[in-house]
Amino acid sequence: MSAVTHEDLHDHHDHGPAKGFLRWVFTTNHKDIGTLYLTTALIMFFVGGAMSLVIRAELFQPGLQFVDPGFFNQMTTLHALIMVFGAVMPAFAGLANWMIPIMIGAPDMALPRLNNWSFWLLPFAFALLASTLFMDGGAPAAGWTLYPPLVLQGGNNLPFAIFSIHLLGISSIMAAINIIVTIFNMRAPGMTMMKLPMFVWTWLITAFLLILVMPVFAGAVTMLLTDKFFGTSFFNAAGGGDPVLYQHLFWFFGHPEVYILILPSFGVVSQIIPTFARKPLFGYSSMVYATASIGLLSFVVWAHHQYTVGMPLAGELYFTYATMLIAVPTGVKVFNWVATMWKGAMTFETPMLFAIAFVVLFTFGGFTGLMMSISPADLQYHDTYFIVAHFHYVLVPGAVFALIAATYFWLPKWTGHMYDERLGKLHFWLTAISVNVLFFPQHFSGLAGMPRRIPDYAVQFAEFNAMSSIGAFIFGFSQLIFVYVIIKAIRGGQPATDEVWEGAAEHGLEWQLPSPPPYHSWEVAPLVK
Amino acid sequence: MASHDSYFLPHKAIWPIVGSIGLTTLLAGFANFLNGAAIGPMMMWLGAAIMITMLVGWFGTVIKESVAGWYSHQVEISFRWGMIWFIISEVFFFAAFFGALYYTRVLAIPWMGDEDSITNEFLWKSFESAWPTNGPGAIGGHFEPMGAWGIPALNTLILLSSGVTVTWAHWGLLANKRSQLIQGLIATVALGFLFVVLQAFEYHEAYTEMGLTLGSGIYGSTFFMLTGFHGLHVTIGAIMLTVVLLRSARGHFSPEHHFAFEAAAWYWHFVDVVWLGLFIFVYWL
Ligand code: HEM
Ligand SMILES: [Cu+2]
Repeated sequence: MSAVTHEDLHDHHDHGPAKGFLRWVFTTNHKDIGTLYLTTALIMFFVGGAMSLVIRAELFQPGLQFVDPGFFNQMTTLHALIMVFGAVMPAFAGLANWMIPIMIGAPDMALPRLNNWSFWLLPFAFALLASTLFMDGGAPAAGWTLYPPLVLQGGNNLPFAIFSIHLLGISSIMAAINIIVTIFNMRAPGMTMMKLPMFVWTWLITAFLLILVMPVFAGAVTMLLTDKFFGTSFFNAAGGGDPVLYQHLFWFFGHPEVYILILPSFGVVSQIIPTFARKPLFGYSSMVYATASIGLLSFVVWAHHQYTVGMPLAGELYFTYATMLIAVPTGVKVFNWVATMWKGAMTFETPMLFAIAFVVLFTFGGFTGLMMSISPADLQYHDTYFIVAHFHYVLVPGAVFALIAATYFWLPKWTGHMYDERLGKLHFWLTAISVNVLFFPQHFSGLAGMPRRIPDYAVQFAEFNAMSSIGAFIFGFSQLIFVYVIIKAIRGGQPATDEVWEGAAEHGLEWQLPSPPPYHSWEVAPLVK
Repeated sequence: MASHDSYFLPHKAIWPIVGSIGLTTLLAGFANFLNGAAIGPMMMWLGAAIMITMLVGWFGTVIKESVAGWYSHQVEISFRWGMIWFIISEVFFFAAFFGALYYTRVLAIPWMGDEDSITNEFLWKSFESAWPTNGPGAIGGHFEPMGAWGIPALNTLILLSSGVTVTWAHWGLLANKRSQLIQGLIATVALGFLFVVLQAFEYHEAYTEMGLTLGSGIYGSTFFMLTGFHGLHVTIGAIMLTVVLLRSARGHFSPEHHFAFEAAAWYWHFVDVVWLGLFIFVYWL
């Protein structure tokens, strides 16, 4: 297939990017849009990160030192919303945009204009959300889960936060549609479904999840809006509604959402490990089926977030067993990664280091998840720092490490330059050590009973919190090295070969294009054997 | 996999950013309006105007390209998949509201009225579970529920017939019978707007004579939100079909190339099916 581009009827030969800033506003090119997503995500990481450092500074010692409790709650709420919707999701969308067309041998995404809109809704959505910081009553402060009735008792922020979520939802749904259509309809001849790279497979399933759950979230927050402003009683027991209904709707979205954050990470790790172990991925088809089962199961376990809220015994039991079941396909994946490394000719460049750390530390987070899946045990863990530790283990050394690994892995392909390996390793060790200093102690303070989302705490938790805060600041500032390495590679450095990594050409189509690839990736479709 | 000849890649999309500006202005205006700020309505009008410009501009461009024959078979397949997954996402939007109806009606309200349950014991001791209800607090005051066999039954008939007429129009298109296509579409659009008008009558009656409002507890909330969002979708679908009708009159479609017709027809069947769910679970049972 060859790509035809039309500027207008007379110009059939436009092959380069336009000039100037407007290039980025009007672009329909998958790499440009990928770059926009990735850059936005990186910026939002630092915005959300700064908020978390406000939280950790306040929690360094017991007592109230820096911020008032109201502002503290705004920080926890915004930190989570920004990291989930502003950093991790757009970063993966950026990787999808850059890599999926290249990996399946397509000239671009299937719906390029829609692709532009998916990205360009984001800055506006974040502007709406950020504007709440300057309003009467400040930003939303009821936690990222936005539970009523608390969330309905805030100031003027509610409609802005809700509309921001609507925009983010529209953006995600359009991006997901585009990804599915691209994978279904744009594959090169010979690229059958069971030859798709794992990153593409995991994104395909992620896109299904997005399309099925984002609308439910949109519906739930719409009900919040009408409860507050139009007199409806969805979450008001006096009118026959139920606040717990919101929790069901939210977590029907929320649990698949956490898999939306982690499935593409699985994909990234499944690309990196075989490359540096110089072996094909172990158990490719079982990886595909495991990913699909995780996707399916993620729809039927949501109420494990609500064990303490009041559910019939049958519900508690059902959700316990269903949740534990997820550990099975997850275990298959971990087993396959380890088996891929088994007897491999391994080297440990920075992407591989982050990928291995992912396997170890994500699995650890999965284990604490398994502990919490047991409903009688979760009565103790729920709403303590133990769950904060759990989800940060799966999200930071999980999803975020996968994103960092992916960046190091594909940066030479994107920029045409090798990054600074010495700095990369330094970045890895600082990050991998500090992330544990940051989150490991939270298991202990949580088990001892320290509640989450609280600006002050009993003195018995002081040591663990001080450790956490020190870890947080080291972690945060280490990420500046990452930014420096990226900028350095963009500006120059040792030229990267097409293959970039020794033997990588066997591991995917992206390593058969020049580094950096031409503006229109595969103008002539490759033949996949 | 479809044909591998050439895939149309547009350059320079100007409408998306206009759409972002329009939508954000509209929503920020609405938020300001809800907060009682004077600037709200003006922003909403402005945002709506920008959005309409965007829609006309964007679809206008696409129609021009389509008529110029730039869309290969493979491009049309992309459009088809895109529309299918868009409709599926819409199904799940409605699922949230059907889920709310199910949860409150089948689970939460019976629990609240159950003498063995703690909620009943401590919060609403005298409450007896029933449907329809506006809750133990009788929020919104006395109301009459909406019956199924007046306007709603008529509307069911109307929508189902419109599903038939649109299919008949499709047969006309496939057989290259332009007059059948156009008559079928005219009938469908007319039935669609008739549905909306009757729905408006029903709402009017509810508000003025039955005491049934959006604020009538959970019954009013689920009733108006479900039927309201559905009515909005019928309106959108009818507008889509109107555009398709105008394009049919201009001879834009051939038996091979008529993605826009199919998309609008699929959308129409989707609102039809949602209505059946509404008729059964909101009006009838
Ligand atoms: C074996 C897999 C997993 C199991 C069994 C599991 C189980 C659980 C359970 C039972 C809770 C609720 C704890 C409570 O509130 O008391 C929870 C919370 C959470 N989990 Fe997991 N989890 C798993 C994997 C993951 C993954 C992969 C992610 C994300 C990448 C994740 C992210 C979260 C988040 C964000 C929360 C907290 C939500 C909140 O209340 O704010 N989990 N998990
Ligand atoms: Cu969960």
